[in-house]
Amino acid sequence: MKKIKQLFAGVTFASLGLQSAQADYTLNLMQGVTTVSHDIFDLHMLILWVCVFIGIAVFGTMFYSMYHHRKSKGHKAANFHENTTVEIIWTIIPTLILVAMAIPATKTMLELDNVQNSDMSIKVTGKQWYWDYEYLGTGVHFESHLDAVSEKVHRDGSDPTRVPHYLLNVDNPLVVPVGKKIRFVFTAADVIHSWWVPDLGWKKDANPGFINEAWTQVDKPGTYRGQCTELCGRDHGFMPIVVIAMEQADYDKWLQTTLAKQNEKPDLSDQNRQQLMTNGEAVYLKNCVACHQIDGKGINGTYPALSGSAKVTGGIDPLIGFLQAGTSRMPAFAKLKDNELAAVITYIRNAPELGNKVGDEIQPKAITPVYDDDE
Amino acid sequence: MSAVTAEHAHDDHHDDHAHGPEKGWLRWIVTTNHKDIGTMYLLFALAMFFVGGAMAMIIRAELFEPGLQFVDPQFFNSMTTMHALVMVFGAVMPAFVGLANWMIPMMIGAPDMALPRMNNMSFWMLVAGILLIASTLFMEGGAPAGGWTLYPPLVLQTGKALPFAIFAVHLLGVSSIMGAINIIATILNMRAPAMTLMKMPLFVWTWLITGFLLIAIMPVFAGSVTMLLTDKFFHTSFFDAAGGGDPVLYQHIFWFFGHPEVYVMILPTFGVASTIIPVFARKPLFGYSSMVYATAAIAFLSFIVWAHHMFTVGLPIAGELYFMYATMLIAIPTGVKVFNWTATMWKGSMTFETPMLFSIAFVVLFTLGGFTGLMMSIAPVDFQYHDTYFIVAHFHYTLVPASVFILMAAGYYWMPKWTGHMYNEKIGQLHFWLSAISVNILFFPQHFLGLAGMPRRIPDYAIQFADWNMISSIGGFIFGASQLLFLWIVIDTIKGGTGEKVSDEVWEDAHKHGLEWTLPSPVPYHTFSTPPTVIPCDHD
Ligand code: HEM
Ligand SMILES: [Cu+2]
Ligand SMILES: [Cu+2]
Repeated sequence: MKKIKQLFAGVTFASLGLQSAQADYTLNLMQGVTTVSHDIFDLHMLILWVCVFIGIAVFGTMFYSMYHHRKSKGHKAANFHENTTVEIIWTIIPTLILVAMAIPATKTMLELDNVQNSDMSIKVTGKQWYWDYEYLGTGVHFESHLDAVSEKVHRDGSDPTRVPHYLLNVDNPLVVPVGKKIRFVFTAADVIHSWWVPDLGWKKDANPGFINEAWTQVDKPGTYRGQCTELCGRDHGFMPIVVIAMEQADYDKWLQTTLAKQNEKPDLSDQNRQQLMTNGEAVYLKNCVACHQIDGKGINGTYPALSGSAKVTGGIDPLIGFLQAGTSRMPAFAKLKDNELAAVITYIRNAPELGNKVGDEIQPKAITPVYDDDE
Repeated sequence: MSAVTAEHAHDDHHDDHAHGPEKGWLRWIVTTNHKDIGTMYLLFALAMFFVGGAMAMIIRAELFEPGLQFVDPQFFNSMTTMHALVMVFGAVMPAFVGLANWMIPMMIGAPDMALPRMNNMSFWMLVAGILLIASTLFMEGGAPAGGWTLYPPLVLQTGKALPFAIFAVHLLGVSSIMGAINIIATILNMRAPAMTLMKMPLFVWTWLITGFLLIAIMPVFAGSVTMLLTDKFFHTSFFDAAGGGDPVLYQHIFWFFGHPEVYVMILPTFGVASTIIPVFARKPLFGYSSMVYATAAIAFLSFIVWAHHMFTVGLPIAGELYFMYATMLIAIPTGVKVFNWTATMWKGSMTFETPMLFSIAFVVLFTLGGFTGLMMSIAPVDFQYHDTYFIVAHFHYTLVPASVFILMAAGYYWMPKWTGHMYNEKIGQLHFWLSAISVNILFFPQHFLGLAGMPRRIPDYAIQFADWNMISSIGGFIFGASQLLFLWIVIDTIKGGTGEKVSDEVWEDAHKHGLEWTLPSPVPYHTFSTPPTVIPCDHD
């Protein structure tokens, strides 16, 4: 099968005079790594073969007739224009095929829908433009953003072909244990998103204000990648999903370290300028760049520029308050720790790529909860 | 009222007191003549086909390679949205209304449409609607970028363009409804006495049914966008959970419109194919009455399958199963049609002029689109296919090498009758082969992309999707460029074509297949002022 695929692709590329950029592509649906995904794959192949078979019959007849029943070969036209028997046959046979298809399809649909008796639950929230994962009942809760390399490369126009898993990599993957029935609950914070990992066999929409459920049970440890599949605004193409399935013991360890890290008090000691700027850039790429852009110029008429903005280069306290409180058009960034806020504020005030140069350093200790009243 | 100042036409073969067209450009503004209005619809649609096509070229250029090269992601989203809106509402639908205007009166032996002044108005409202929606490209915040489906809450994030886009939809809706009423009224009231319903050409039948679809669905679409408007500006919360609404409600309403809408674009296509294939097979259409019933069945089914666009939205299991079964049923009448066309060709005496080539390609490639439709009707498998390039391939197969190819076929088939000039057959065939090959290079690889996991509506993609995207883009550029040949042919044919004198029936024995071929070529400005008495009918 693989040989045929390569041959086919090779011929196509050769005939178009192209060089294949990457040998690692697929033509068919992936089988996936769960029982349900296998069932779905089987259904896909079944219906595909049914179509191929009907196609050969119909197109075969047509091409036969086009070849033999042509005027240039002197074929004289017949004059029939109905035949009740064949018309009944070609209504009944497709009906039977459909009934035969509906039975396994119904079975798989019921299986897909059965979220009962799960071992654990994960709440997935879609946000513009990242995913938020909460392991219900464990206290583990984190955000999963496009990884920094892809983020930078797709924004500054450098060559993506060398980036490992370009656009399919995240900073914090979703980790799950193998062999456990995992129930997902989906919702969204702003607009509709859709969570899809092809290897799991399905996608499910995350609707704001509502809860959807789905489940999976991964049998094979591994890393499985997917993407948001419901158009959710400008960066819809940049909110991938990475699922890592591991053995239960490894998973337990991961859960513990993640929880410990999450509860760690942030390091609020002073940092040097270099550290502040590097950390600040990371925070900026994750939280701000989607709207204010990599050059700080924003989007004309939609998102204001940070370059040369009085709010950015003016007083620190109002700026801190503004970031913590948000506005009707910008989310509040109260979730950022003091050290992160300090870093990103230093960054936006001083980054040459944003065109600002105040020349100061804001230390974590300077961050006090101040709220801006006029927004 | 054009007739008031009009002079008598000189080139009119009628001996009754017929009026010619208004002189000068005013003719095109005030005309109530079905042929003039048909021409305007067709030329407008052709222009929009190139506008929408230019947008598609921008999309394919951006997707040529991974990485962002040409456009900003937001503008990319505007392009996918506007491409679809322009193609659906500006190109394909108006083109079929144009054909209806030109051909229905001539096919049923009527002197004109039943409501000629409304006919003029519905054309100009269409122009207004499309101009309005195109103007949103230049507004603060850009054109709508939430997809042609306009799903909330995303679409409510549109900038200044939102109310304009909604008003444009209202204009287009009113225009379509008026067009549909006119067509239905014409077919039901204006037929020559001898033209019984079951003698009508299938193009007329399919438009009759399409007319009813349009009247049923356009108000629903208007209602759904009006709710968007009040949600945004008047503090209602139809689609906002915070106020007790539900964003999924919008999807139900939209697709109650949207699914029949896709059939609005394909039923007349079926009609044209059923008209052209018998002429070039020199054989009557096989299964005329089953074609009529299948069309009606498809139209009926189209109202009860809408949620197959929403399998992953979180439907209750009973809903998933019901919509799966109902959707699978569509394959039966659709299959009947394909079998009938095949049987029409069987034991014919076929020739392969450009209209026939496009019609055959339509049957084959539409069937491919139908196959993927059937595959996606299997709900659990659609959990993989949905919102990927697989479905992009599906609906482009049903729309481009189906609806658009048939429009091309219709153009080649009737242009000699309309203009009295023969088009250049060599260039026509070249146009066909370039289009038929490149359309497959363009869309076939998109099946692979979708199955391999590429979502639709993204401006940039992972490296493993690079090869097929590049091939698809190359196909797209060839396809786009090939359409300039069609433009050339249209202009050339209007200006005189090959110079060869075309006979009244143009195609061998065409007069046995339709009334229009009993008229002179070019058709005079007014036709069938008195109804014909002999009706060509090859199926009884
Ligand atoms: C055998 C007949 C057909 C069947 C069973 C069928 C089935 C489907 C299904 C299940 C979907 C939803 C897929 C998804 O979103 O995952 C779909 C989408 C679509 N179909 Fe078909 N289809 C058929 C014929 C047609 C025809 C004739 C047209 C148009 C002329 C058409 C145009 C479309 C369009 C435009 C969409 C996508 C809309 C969007 O999401 O933007 N289909 N079809
Ligand atoms: Cu998205
Ligand atoms: Cu549909």
